[in-house]
Amino acid sequence: MHALEMRDVSFKYKGSKQLALEKVSLEVEKGEFVTLLGCNGSGKSTVCLLANGLIPHALPGELSGEVRIFGEEVRQKSVAEFSTKVGIVFQEPESQLFCMSVEEEVAFGPENLAVPREEIKNRVEWALDLVGMKGYNDRSPFSLSGGQKQRVAIAAALSMRPEMLVLDEPAYALDPVGRMELYSVLKELKEKYGMTVVLAERDAEEAAGFSDRIVLMDDGKVIEAGPPRLVLRDPGRLRGIGVVPPQVSEVAALMNSRLKVSRFSFLTVDDAERAIVQELSSKGRPGAR
Amino acid sequence: MIPSREAASTVERLVSVQNLKFTYEGGIEALRGVSLNIDRGEYIAIVGGNGSGKTTLAKNFNGLLRPTSGTVTVKGRPTAQMGVAELARIIGYAFQNPDHQLFCSTVEEEIRFGPLNLGYSENEIGTKVERAIDAMNLGHVRMSAPLSLRLGERRRVSIASVVAMDPEVFILDEPTTGLDAEESRELMERLNSLNNDGKTIILITHDMKLVAEHAKRVVVMARGRMLLDSDPRGAFSDLDLIRQSNLEPPAVTLLSHRLSDYGIPQDIISPEELVLHVMRFGGGS
Repeated sequence: MHALEMRDVSFKYKGSKQLALEKVSLEVEKGEFVTLLGCNGSGKSTVCLLANGLIPHALPGELSGEVRIFGEEVRQKSVAEFSTKVGIVFQEPESQLFCMSVEEEVAFGPENLAVPREEIKNRVEWALDLVGMKGYNDRSPFSLSGGQKQRVAIAAALSMRPEMLVLDEPAYALDPVGRMELYSVLKELKEKYGMTVVLAERDAEEAAGFSDRIVLMDDGKVIEAGPPRLVLRDPGRLRGIGVVPPQVSEVAALMNSRLKVSRFSFLTVDDAERAIVQELSSKGRPGAR
Repeated sequence: MIPSREAASTVERLVSVQNLKFTYEGGIEALRGVSLNIDRGEYIAIVGGNGSGKTTLAKNFNGLLRPTSGTVTVKGRPTAQMGVAELARIIGYAFQNPDHQLFCSTVEEEIRFGPLNLGYSENEIGTKVERAIDAMNLGHVRMSAPLSLRLGERRRVSIASVVAMDPEVFILDEPTTGLDAEESRELMERLNSLNNDGKTIILITHDMKLVAEHAKRVVVMARGRMLLDSDPRGAFSDLDLIRQSNLEPPAVTLLSHRLSDYGIPQDIISPEELVLHVMRFGGGS
Protein backbone atom coordinates (compact mmCIF):
# COMPACT_ATOMS: atom_id res chain seq x y z
CA MET A 1 0.00 0.00 0.00
CA HIS A 2 1.26 3.47 -0.88
CA ALA A 3 1.06 6.50 1.39
CA LEU A 4 -0.39 8.41 -1.55
CA GLU A 5 -1.49 7.10 -4.88
CA MET A 6 -2.92 9.25 -7.65
CA ARG A 7 -4.05 7.82 -10.98
CA ASP A 8 -5.03 10.00 -13.93
CA VAL A 9 -6.21 12.70 -11.60
CA SER A 10 -7.70 15.87 -13.09
CA PHE A 11 -9.16 18.65 -10.99
CA LYS A 12 -10.85 21.94 -11.74
CA TYR A 13 -11.63 24.36 -8.87
CA LYS A 14 -15.28 25.42 -8.68
CA GLY A 15 -15.74 28.58 -10.75
CA SER A 16 -12.46 28.17 -12.62
CA LYS A 17 -12.26 27.43 -16.34
CA GLN A 18 -8.78 25.96 -16.20
CA LEU A 19 -7.73 22.54 -15.03
CA ALA A 20 -5.55 22.83 -11.92
CA LEU A 21 -4.39 19.25 -12.45
CA GLU A 22 -4.45 17.33 -15.70
CA LYS A 23 -4.08 13.54 -15.72
CA VAL A 24 -1.61 13.47 -12.86
CA SER A 25 -0.33 10.08 -11.77
CA LEU A 26 1.93 9.95 -8.76
CA GLU A 27 2.85 7.49 -6.04
CA VAL A 28 4.49 8.20 -2.72
CA GLU A 29 5.89 5.20 -0.85
CA LYS A 30 5.77 4.97 2.92
CA GLY A 31 8.93 6.52 4.32
CA GLU A 32 9.68 8.45 1.14
CA PHE A 33 10.58 12.17 1.06
CA VAL A 34 9.10 13.57 -2.13
CA THR A 35 9.53 17.19 -3.23
CA LEU A 36 7.00 18.62 -5.66
CA LEU A 37 8.86 21.31 -7.58
CA GLY A 38 7.07 23.85 -9.76
CA CYS A 39 6.20 27.51 -10.20
CA ASN A 40 3.05 29.33 -9.04
CA GLY A 41 0.07 27.68 -10.69
CA SER A 42 1.92 24.47 -11.57
CA GLY A 43 -0.50 22.35 -9.51
CA LYS A 44 1.71 21.47 -6.54
CA SER A 45 -0.61 23.06 -3.95
CA THR A 46 -3.56 21.20 -5.44
CA VAL A 47 -1.69 17.91 -4.96
CA CYS A 48 -1.04 18.89 -1.30
CA LEU A 49 -4.75 19.66 -0.74
CA LEU A 50 -5.76 16.33 -2.29
CA ALA A 51 -3.26 14.46 -0.14
CA ASN A 52 -5.28 15.10 3.03
CA GLY A 53 -8.76 15.27 1.54
CA LEU A 54 -9.27 19.06 1.80
CA ILE A 55 -9.98 18.60 -1.91
CA PRO A 56 -12.74 17.60 -2.60
CA HIS A 57 -14.30 17.82 0.88
CA ALA A 58 -13.59 21.47 1.82
CA LEU A 59 -12.68 22.89 -1.59
CA PRO A 60 -15.21 21.73 -4.15
CA GLY A 61 -14.63 21.28 -7.86
CA GLU A 62 -14.64 18.65 -10.58
CA LEU A 63 -12.44 15.73 -9.63
CA SER A 64 -11.76 12.76 -11.88
CA GLY A 65 -9.38 9.85 -11.57
CA GLU A 66 -8.43 8.00 -8.44
CA VAL A 67 -6.78 9.33 -5.27
CA ARG A 68 -5.89 6.91 -2.48
CA ILE A 69 -4.47 7.98 0.87
CA PHE A 70 -3.03 4.97 2.68
CA GLY A 71 -5.30 2.83 0.55
CA GLU A 72 -8.50 4.79 1.23
CA GLU A 73 -10.20 6.49 -1.71
CA VAL A 74 -10.29 10.22 -0.94
CA ARG A 75 -14.03 10.60 -1.66
CA GLN A 76 -14.98 7.81 0.74
CA LYS A 77 -13.69 9.32 3.97
CA SER A 78 -13.91 12.68 5.69
CA VAL A 79 -11.09 15.17 6.30
CA ALA A 80 -11.39 14.39 10.02
CA GLU A 81 -10.71 10.72 9.33
CA PHE A 82 -7.68 11.54 7.19
CA SER A 83 -6.41 14.01 9.81
CA THR A 84 -5.02 11.20 11.95
CA LYS A 85 -3.06 9.90 8.97
CA VAL A 86 -1.94 13.10 7.26
CA GLY A 87 -0.68 16.34 8.81
CA ILE A 88 -0.54 19.49 6.73
CA VAL A 89 1.49 22.70 7.08
CA PHE A 90 0.80 25.78 4.94
CA GLN A 91 2.82 28.79 3.72
CA GLU A 92 1.98 31.34 6.38
CA PRO A 93 2.46 30.22 9.97
CA GLU A 94 0.13 33.00 11.17
CA SER A 95 -2.80 31.47 9.32
CA GLN A 96 -2.50 28.24 11.30
CA LEU A 97 -1.69 29.47 14.80
CA PHE A 98 -4.53 30.71 17.00
CA CYS A 99 -3.94 29.58 20.60
CA MET A 100 -2.62 31.57 23.57
CA SER A 101 0.37 29.33 24.18
CA VAL A 102 2.64 27.06 22.19
CA GLU A 103 1.54 24.10 24.32
CA GLU A 104 -2.18 24.70 23.67
CA GLU A 105 -1.42 25.05 19.99
CA VAL A 106 0.37 21.72 19.79
CA ALA A 107 -2.20 19.99 22.04
CA PHE A 108 -5.18 21.28 20.04
CA GLY A 109 -5.38 18.43 17.49
CA PRO A 110 -5.15 15.47 19.89
CA GLU A 111 -7.50 17.22 22.37
CA ASN A 112 -10.13 17.29 19.66
CA LEU A 113 -9.68 13.57 19.17
CA ALA A 114 -10.25 13.05 22.91
CA VAL A 115 -6.78 11.58 23.37
CA PRO A 116 -6.12 10.94 27.11
CA ARG A 117 -4.48 13.85 28.94
CA GLU A 118 -1.28 12.02 29.84
CA GLU A 119 -0.82 10.88 26.25
CA ILE A 120 -1.38 14.44 24.97
CA LYS A 121 1.33 15.69 27.33
CA ASN A 122 3.76 13.09 26.01
CA ARG A 123 2.95 13.96 22.42
CA VAL A 124 3.40 17.69 23.01
CA GLU A 125 6.81 17.16 24.62
CA TRP A 126 7.87 14.77 21.86
CA ALA A 127 6.75 17.09 19.06
CA LEU A 128 8.31 20.23 20.57
CA ASP A 129 11.57 18.40 21.15
CA LEU A 130 11.60 17.14 17.58
CA VAL A 131 11.23 20.62 16.08
CA GLY A 132 13.78 22.12 18.49
CA MET A 133 11.19 24.10 20.49
CA LYS A 134 11.45 22.28 23.83
CA GLY A 135 10.75 24.62 26.75
CA TYR A 136 8.70 27.08 24.71
CA ASN A 137 5.42 25.56 26.06
CA ASP A 138 4.13 28.71 27.77
CA ARG A 139 5.24 31.25 25.17
CA SER A 140 2.66 32.98 23.00
CA PRO A 141 3.00 31.73 19.41
CA PHE A 142 2.78 35.34 18.26
CA SER A 143 5.91 36.34 20.19
CA LEU A 144 8.02 33.90 18.16
CA SER A 145 10.15 34.49 15.05
CA GLY A 146 8.83 33.28 11.68
CA GLY A 147 11.00 30.18 11.74
CA GLN A 148 9.90 29.32 15.27
CA LYS A 149 6.22 29.82 14.38
CA GLN A 150 6.52 27.50 11.42
CA ARG A 151 8.25 24.89 13.61
CA VAL A 152 5.35 25.14 16.08
CA ALA A 153 2.96 24.61 13.16
CA ILE A 154 4.91 21.45 12.28
CA ALA A 155 4.81 20.31 15.91
CA ALA A 156 1.03 20.86 15.92
CA ALA A 157 0.74 18.64 12.85
CA LEU A 158 3.07 16.00 14.36
CA SER A 159 1.15 15.79 17.64
CA MET A 160 -1.62 14.02 15.71
CA ARG A 161 0.98 11.30 15.10
CA PRO A 162 0.36 11.36 11.36
CA GLU A 163 1.93 8.80 9.06
CA MET A 164 2.53 11.41 6.40
CA LEU A 165 3.38 15.11 6.60
CA VAL A 166 2.42 17.44 3.73
CA LEU A 167 4.04 20.89 3.56
CA ASP A 168 3.01 23.51 1.02
CA GLU A 169 5.89 25.98 0.62
CA PRO A 170 6.52 26.11 4.37
CA ALA A 171 9.54 28.44 3.98
CA TYR A 172 7.54 31.03 2.00
CA ALA A 173 7.44 33.76 4.66
CA LEU A 174 10.73 32.96 6.41
CA ASP A 175 14.03 34.79 6.35
CA PRO A 176 17.15 32.80 5.45
CA VAL A 177 17.85 31.72 9.03
CA GLY A 178 14.20 30.70 9.55
CA ARG A 179 14.47 28.76 6.32
CA MET A 180 17.59 26.94 7.52
CA GLU A 181 15.94 26.07 10.85
CA LEU A 182 12.92 24.69 9.02
CA TYR A 183 14.95 22.59 6.62
CA SER A 184 17.09 21.11 9.36
CA VAL A 185 13.85 19.93 11.04
CA LEU A 186 12.63 18.38 7.77
CA LYS A 187 15.97 16.67 7.25
CA GLU A 188 15.81 15.24 10.75
CA LEU A 189 12.23 14.04 10.21
CA LYS A 190 13.45 12.07 7.26
CA GLU A 191 16.78 10.81 8.57
CA LYS A 192 15.85 10.03 12.18
CA TYR A 193 12.15 9.22 11.97
CA GLY A 194 11.69 7.98 8.40
CA MET A 195 8.57 10.13 8.17
CA THR A 196 6.73 10.12 4.85
CA VAL A 197 6.93 13.70 3.60
CA VAL A 198 5.42 15.50 0.62
CA LEU A 199 6.95 18.97 0.26
CA ALA A 200 5.89 21.57 -2.30
CA GLU A 201 8.63 24.07 -3.22
CA ARG A 202 9.65 26.36 -6.03
CA ASP A 203 13.27 26.57 -4.90
CA ALA A 204 15.12 23.27 -4.59
CA GLU A 205 18.28 24.68 -2.96
CA GLU A 206 17.91 22.78 0.33
CA ALA A 207 15.54 19.94 -0.54
CA ALA A 208 17.82 18.73 -3.36
CA GLY A 209 20.28 17.36 -0.81
CA PHE A 210 17.95 14.98 0.98
CA SER A 211 14.82 14.32 -1.10
CA ASP A 212 14.40 10.74 -2.29
CA ARG A 213 12.56 11.93 -5.34
CA ILE A 214 11.71 15.19 -7.03
CA VAL A 215 8.48 15.53 -8.98
CA LEU A 216 8.71 18.35 -11.48
CA MET A 217 5.35 19.98 -12.18
CA ASP A 218 4.31 22.50 -14.79
CA ASP A 219 0.89 23.71 -15.87
CA GLY A 220 -1.03 21.09 -13.88
CA LYS A 221 1.03 18.17 -15.16
CA VAL A 222 3.88 16.04 -13.87
CA ILE A 223 6.65 16.51 -16.40
CA GLU A 224 9.33 14.42 -14.73
CA ALA A 225 9.80 12.43 -11.55
CA GLY A 226 12.96 10.79 -10.31
CA PRO A 227 16.04 11.08 -8.09
CA PRO A 228 17.25 14.71 -7.60
CA ARG A 229 20.44 14.18 -9.60
CA LEU A 230 18.43 13.22 -12.63
CA VAL A 231 15.64 15.77 -12.38
CA LEU A 232 17.95 18.70 -11.55
CA ARG A 233 20.59 17.97 -14.19
CA ASP A 234 19.49 20.78 -16.52
CA PRO A 235 19.19 24.14 -14.71
CA GLY A 236 18.16 25.96 -17.90
CA ARG A 237 15.12 23.73 -18.25
CA LEU A 238 14.15 24.32 -14.60
CA ARG A 239 14.39 28.06 -15.07
CA GLY A 240 12.28 27.71 -18.19
CA ILE A 241 9.37 26.44 -16.10
CA GLY A 242 9.79 29.07 -13.39
CA VAL A 243 11.71 26.98 -10.87
CA VAL A 244 14.87 28.17 -9.10
CA PRO A 245 17.62 25.61 -9.75
CA PRO A 246 20.09 24.98 -6.91
CA GLN A 247 23.17 27.13 -7.57
CA VAL A 248 25.46 24.12 -7.22
CA SER A 249 23.58 22.33 -10.00
CA GLU A 250 24.28 25.37 -12.17
CA VAL A 251 27.98 25.08 -11.28
CA ALA A 252 27.91 21.38 -12.28
CA ALA A 253 26.18 22.11 -15.60
CA LEU A 254 28.68 24.88 -16.43
CA MET A 255 31.65 22.62 -15.62
CA ASN A 256 30.21 19.84 -17.78
CA SER A 257 29.79 22.19 -20.68
CA ARG A 258 33.22 23.85 -20.29
CA LEU A 259 35.03 20.51 -20.02
CA LYS A 260 32.73 18.75 -22.52
CA VAL A 261 31.93 15.98 -20.02
CA SER A 262 28.82 14.89 -18.18
CA ARG A 263 30.28 13.52 -14.97
CA PHE A 264 29.56 16.52 -12.71
CA SER A 265 26.33 16.54 -10.75
CA PHE A 266 26.13 18.37 -7.42
CA LEU A 267 23.19 18.55 -5.04
CA THR A 268 24.87 20.20 -2.06
CA VAL A 269 27.78 22.55 -1.33
CA ASP A 270 29.61 19.55 0.21
CA ASP A 271 29.13 17.57 -3.01
CA ALA A 272 30.47 20.42 -5.10
CA GLU A 273 33.43 21.08 -2.80
CA ARG A 274 34.50 17.43 -2.88
CA ALA A 275 34.28 17.12 -6.67
CA ILE A 276 35.98 20.44 -7.39
CA VAL A 277 38.82 19.71 -4.96
CA GLN A 278 39.31 16.35 -6.66
CA GLU A 279 39.23 17.95 -10.08
CA LEU A 280 41.79 20.60 -9.10
CA SER A 281 44.07 18.10 -7.33
CA SER A 282 44.03 15.75 -10.32
CA LYS A 283 45.41 18.56 -12.44
CA GLY A 284 48.62 18.14 -10.46
CA ARG A 285 48.48 21.65 -9.04
CA PRO A 286 49.54 22.29 -5.46
CA GLY A 287 46.75 22.01 -2.93
CA ALA A 288 47.52 25.33 -1.30
CA ARG A 289 48.38 28.80 -2.39
CA MET B 1 32.61 56.31 0.49
CA ILE B 2 34.98 56.80 -2.43
CA PRO B 3 36.33 60.38 -2.42
CA SER B 4 36.13 60.78 -6.20
CA ARG B 5 32.42 60.02 -6.04
CA GLU B 6 31.97 62.74 -3.45
CA ALA B 7 33.81 65.20 -5.64
CA ALA B 8 32.03 64.39 -8.87
CA SER B 9 29.79 67.29 -9.86
CA THR B 10 27.00 64.99 -11.05
CA VAL B 11 26.35 63.53 -7.59
CA GLU B 12 23.13 64.75 -6.04
CA ARG B 13 22.31 63.79 -2.49
CA LEU B 14 18.67 62.73 -2.21
CA VAL B 15 18.43 61.23 1.25
CA SER B 16 20.64 61.87 4.23
CA VAL B 17 20.17 60.01 7.51
CA GLN B 18 21.96 61.20 10.66
CA ASN B 19 22.05 59.09 13.81
CA LEU B 20 18.49 57.92 13.30
CA LYS B 21 16.77 56.23 16.21
CA PHE B 22 13.25 54.89 16.06
CA THR B 23 11.22 53.32 18.86
CA TYR B 24 7.77 51.87 18.21
CA GLU B 25 4.92 52.50 20.63
CA GLY B 26 5.32 49.81 23.24
CA GLY B 27 9.03 50.42 23.47
CA ILE B 28 10.55 48.24 20.75
CA GLU B 29 13.75 49.97 19.65
CA ALA B 30 13.79 49.20 15.94
CA LEU B 31 16.61 51.58 14.99
CA ARG B 32 19.46 52.34 17.38
CA GLY B 33 21.46 55.00 15.56
CA VAL B 34 21.82 54.70 11.79
CA SER B 35 23.61 57.14 9.47
CA LEU B 36 23.82 56.91 5.70
CA ASN B 37 23.49 58.94 2.51
CA ILE B 38 21.75 58.03 -0.71
CA ASP B 39 22.56 59.76 -4.01
CA ARG B 40 20.56 60.05 -7.20
CA GLY B 41 20.77 56.99 -9.46
CA GLU B 42 21.98 54.53 -6.86
CA TYR B 43 20.78 50.91 -6.71
CA ILE B 44 20.93 49.95 -3.05
CA ALA B 45 19.89 46.80 -1.28
CA ILE B 46 19.05 47.10 2.40
CA VAL B 47 19.40 43.57 3.73
CA GLY B 48 18.82 41.86 7.06
CA GLY B 49 16.72 39.14 8.65
CA ASN B 50 13.16 39.59 9.89
CA GLY B 51 13.22 42.16 12.68
CA SER B 52 16.59 43.67 11.72
CA GLY B 53 15.11 47.15 11.25
CA LYS B 54 15.43 47.30 7.46
CA THR B 55 11.76 48.07 6.79
CA THR B 56 11.61 50.60 9.65
CA LEU B 57 14.64 52.37 8.15
CA ALA B 58 13.04 52.58 4.71
CA LYS B 59 9.72 53.82 6.12
CA ASN B 60 11.65 56.70 7.71
CA PHE B 61 12.93 57.76 4.26
CA ASN B 62 9.49 58.72 2.98
CA GLY B 63 7.81 59.91 6.16
CA LEU B 64 5.66 56.82 6.74
CA LEU B 65 7.50 56.92 10.06
CA ARG B 66 9.17 59.98 11.60
CA PRO B 67 12.41 59.77 13.59
CA THR B 68 12.22 59.32 17.37
CA SER B 69 15.58 61.10 17.39
CA GLY B 70 18.18 62.01 14.78
CA THR B 71 17.27 63.42 11.37
CA VAL B 72 16.28 62.27 7.93
CA THR B 73 16.63 64.91 5.23
CA VAL B 74 15.25 64.51 1.73
CA LYS B 75 16.77 66.83 -0.88
CA GLY B 76 18.20 68.88 1.95
CA ARG B 77 15.03 69.28 4.03
CA PRO B 78 14.19 67.37 7.22
CA THR B 79 11.24 64.99 6.69
CA ALA B 80 9.87 66.25 10.02
CA GLN B 81 9.00 69.49 8.20
CA MET B 82 7.60 67.89 5.04
CA GLY B 83 4.06 66.72 4.25
CA VAL B 84 3.22 63.17 3.16
CA ALA B 85 2.15 64.28 -0.33
CA GLU B 86 5.30 66.32 -0.82
CA LEU B 87 7.44 63.34 0.18
CA ALA B 88 5.40 60.97 -2.00
CA ARG B 89 6.40 62.99 -5.07
CA ILE B 90 10.04 62.33 -4.28
CA ILE B 91 10.03 58.89 -2.68
CA GLY B 92 7.60 56.13 -3.67
CA TYR B 93 7.06 53.06 -1.54
CA ALA B 94 5.78 49.71 -2.83
CA PHE B 95 4.67 47.44 -0.02
CA GLN B 96 5.57 43.78 0.36
CA ASN B 97 2.00 42.56 0.08
CA PRO B 98 0.48 44.17 -3.04
CA ASP B 99 -3.04 43.37 -1.83
CA HIS B 100 -2.60 45.90 0.97
CA GLN B 101 -2.48 48.71 -1.54
CA LEU B 102 -4.84 47.50 -4.28
CA PHE B 103 -8.48 48.53 -3.97
CA CYS B 104 -9.77 49.85 -7.32
CA SER B 105 -11.87 47.90 -9.79
CA THR B 106 -9.50 48.12 -12.76
CA VAL B 107 -5.73 48.21 -13.12
CA GLU B 108 -5.95 51.55 -14.89
CA GLU B 109 -7.98 53.19 -12.10
CA GLU B 110 -5.59 51.77 -9.56
CA ILE B 111 -2.65 53.39 -11.31
CA ARG B 112 -4.51 56.72 -11.79
CA PHE B 113 -5.22 57.03 -8.09
CA GLY B 114 -1.77 58.28 -7.03
CA PRO B 115 -1.26 61.09 -9.58
CA LEU B 116 -4.93 62.11 -9.16
CA ASN B 117 -4.36 62.61 -5.45
CA LEU B 118 -1.17 64.54 -6.05
CA GLY B 119 -3.28 67.06 -7.97
CA TYR B 120 -1.82 66.66 -11.48
CA SER B 121 -3.88 67.86 -14.45
CA GLU B 122 -5.94 65.34 -16.45
CA ASN B 123 -3.38 65.56 -19.27
CA GLU B 124 -0.43 64.91 -17.00
CA ILE B 125 -2.28 62.07 -15.32
CA GLY B 126 -2.92 60.42 -18.68
CA THR B 127 0.76 60.61 -19.62
CA LYS B 128 1.94 59.31 -16.26
CA VAL B 129 -0.53 56.41 -16.25
CA GLU B 130 0.51 55.34 -19.76
CA ARG B 131 4.17 55.54 -18.84
CA ALA B 132 3.57 53.41 -15.72
CA ILE B 133 1.51 50.79 -17.59
CA ASP B 134 4.27 50.59 -20.16
CA ALA B 135 7.11 50.49 -17.61
CA MET B 136 5.55 47.54 -15.76
CA ASN B 137 4.24 45.78 -18.89
CA LEU B 138 0.56 45.80 -17.90
CA GLY B 139 -1.07 46.82 -21.19
CA HIS B 140 -2.75 43.43 -21.61
CA VAL B 141 -4.52 43.63 -18.22
CA ARG B 142 -5.30 47.36 -17.95
CA MET B 143 -9.07 46.81 -17.72
CA SER B 144 -8.86 43.75 -15.44
CA ALA B 145 -9.63 43.79 -11.73
CA PRO B 146 -6.29 43.99 -9.88
CA LEU B 147 -7.24 41.28 -7.41
CA SER B 148 -8.08 38.86 -10.24
CA LEU B 149 -4.49 38.92 -11.49
CA ARG B 150 -1.64 36.53 -10.75
CA LEU B 151 0.67 37.54 -7.88
CA GLY B 152 3.47 38.60 -10.25
CA GLU B 153 1.08 40.92 -12.09
CA ARG B 154 -0.46 42.25 -8.85
CA ARG B 155 3.03 43.10 -7.62
CA ARG B 156 3.72 44.96 -10.88
CA VAL B 157 0.39 46.86 -10.56
CA SER B 158 1.34 48.01 -7.08
CA ILE B 159 4.74 49.15 -8.36
CA ALA B 160 3.13 50.79 -11.42
CA SER B 161 0.91 52.84 -9.11
CA VAL B 162 4.12 54.14 -7.55
CA VAL B 163 5.75 54.70 -10.98
CA ALA B 164 2.71 56.82 -11.96
CA MET B 165 3.49 59.31 -9.20
CA ASP B 166 6.86 59.69 -10.92
CA PRO B 167 9.00 59.74 -7.79
CA GLU B 168 12.78 60.09 -7.91
CA VAL B 169 13.37 57.23 -5.49
CA PHE B 170 11.64 53.84 -5.45
CA ILE B 171 11.56 51.80 -2.27
CA LEU B 172 10.57 48.19 -2.89
CA ASP B 173 9.90 46.01 0.14
CA GLU B 174 10.66 42.34 -0.66
CA PRO B 175 9.38 42.76 -4.22
CA THR B 176 10.03 39.16 -5.25
CA THR B 177 8.49 37.34 -2.26
CA GLY B 178 6.05 34.76 -3.54
CA LEU B 179 7.02 35.25 -7.17
CA ASP B 180 8.33 32.32 -9.15
CA ALA B 181 11.58 32.50 -11.10
CA GLU B 182 10.00 33.82 -14.31
CA GLU B 183 7.81 36.47 -12.60
CA SER B 184 10.78 37.53 -10.54
CA ARG B 185 13.05 37.84 -13.60
CA GLU B 186 10.49 40.02 -15.40
CA LEU B 187 10.02 42.32 -12.41
CA MET B 188 13.76 42.76 -11.79
CA GLU B 189 14.32 43.56 -15.46
CA ARG B 190 11.70 46.33 -15.18
CA LEU B 191 13.39 47.73 -12.07
CA ASN B 192 16.79 47.68 -13.78
CA SER B 193 15.38 49.74 -16.62
CA LEU B 194 13.92 52.28 -14.16
CA ASN B 195 17.42 52.53 -12.67
CA ASN B 196 18.94 52.96 -16.15
CA ASP B 197 16.53 55.86 -16.65
CA GLY B 198 18.16 57.55 -13.67
CA LYS B 199 15.75 56.51 -10.91
CA THR B 200 17.16 55.61 -7.51
CA ILE B 201 16.22 52.09 -6.42
CA ILE B 202 16.15 50.92 -2.81
CA LEU B 203 15.52 47.22 -2.50
CA ILE B 204 14.58 45.83 0.92
CA THR B 205 15.21 42.12 0.93
CA HIS B 206 16.73 39.09 2.58
CA ASP B 207 17.35 37.34 -0.72
CA MET B 208 21.12 37.46 -1.17
CA LYS B 209 20.94 35.93 -4.66
CA LEU B 210 18.81 38.88 -5.74
CA VAL B 211 21.29 41.29 -4.17
CA ALA B 212 24.23 39.60 -5.88
CA GLU B 213 22.58 39.89 -9.27
CA HIS B 214 21.24 43.44 -9.11
CA ALA B 215 22.40 45.78 -6.36
CA LYS B 216 25.42 48.06 -6.68
CA ARG B 217 25.58 48.87 -2.97
CA VAL B 218 24.56 46.81 0.06
CA VAL B 219 23.57 48.06 3.50
CA VAL B 220 23.53 45.21 6.03
CA MET B 221 21.22 45.69 9.04
CA ALA B 222 21.02 43.67 12.27
CA ARG B 223 19.22 44.47 15.53
CA GLY B 224 18.55 48.06 14.55
CA ARG B 225 22.12 48.89 13.56
CA MET B 226 23.99 49.11 10.30
CA LEU B 227 26.75 46.48 10.24
CA LEU B 228 28.12 47.26 6.81
CA ASP B 229 27.75 49.63 3.88
CA SER B 230 29.73 48.47 0.86
CA ASP B 231 29.58 47.10 -2.67
CA PRO B 232 28.03 43.61 -2.96
CA ARG B 233 31.39 41.88 -3.08
CA GLY B 234 32.43 43.45 0.19
CA ALA B 235 29.24 42.18 1.79
CA PHE B 236 29.66 38.65 0.49
CA SER B 237 33.28 38.22 1.50
CA ASP B 238 32.44 38.34 5.23
CA LEU B 239 30.41 35.23 6.03
CA ASP B 240 30.32 35.87 9.78
CA LEU B 241 28.83 39.29 9.27
CA ILE B 242 26.21 37.94 6.85
CA ARG B 243 25.16 35.29 9.36
CA GLN B 244 25.11 37.74 12.27
CA SER B 245 22.38 39.53 10.40
CA ASN B 246 20.28 36.34 9.96
CA LEU B 247 21.14 36.08 6.28
CA GLU B 248 22.63 33.24 4.35
CA PRO B 249 25.15 33.75 1.55
CA PRO B 250 24.38 32.26 -1.87
CA ALA B 251 25.62 28.65 -2.22
CA VAL B 252 28.36 29.66 -4.70
CA THR B 253 29.75 32.25 -2.27
CA LEU B 254 29.88 29.56 0.41
CA LEU B 255 31.60 27.24 -2.05
CA SER B 256 34.17 29.88 -2.99
CA HIS B 257 35.09 30.27 0.70
CA ARG B 258 35.56 26.50 1.02
CA LEU B 259 37.84 26.52 -2.04
CA SER B 260 40.00 29.43 -0.92
CA ASP B 261 43.03 27.12 -0.55
CA TYR B 262 42.90 26.67 -4.30
CA GLY B 263 43.24 30.33 -5.05
CA ILE B 264 39.53 30.86 -5.68
CA PRO B 265 38.57 34.42 -4.63
CA GLN B 266 36.18 34.63 -1.68
CA ASP B 267 33.79 37.17 -3.08
CA ILE B 268 32.29 35.05 -5.85
CA ILE B 269 28.64 35.86 -6.43
CA SER B 270 27.62 33.86 -9.51
CA PRO B 271 28.03 30.26 -10.75
CA GLU B 272 29.63 31.57 -13.98
CA GLU B 273 32.35 33.39 -12.04
CA LEU B 274 33.10 30.40 -9.86
CA VAL B 275 33.47 28.04 -12.82
CA LEU B 276 35.67 30.57 -14.60
CA HIS B 277 38.08 30.60 -11.65
CA VAL B 278 38.00 26.82 -11.25
CA MET B 279 38.84 26.40 -14.93
CA ARG B 280 41.61 28.97 -14.74
CA PHE B 281 43.16 27.29 -11.75
CA GLY B 282 42.68 23.77 -13.07
CA GLY B 283 44.01 24.69 -16.49
CA GLY B 284 40.81 23.42 -18.11
CA SER B 285 39.71 24.44 -21.58
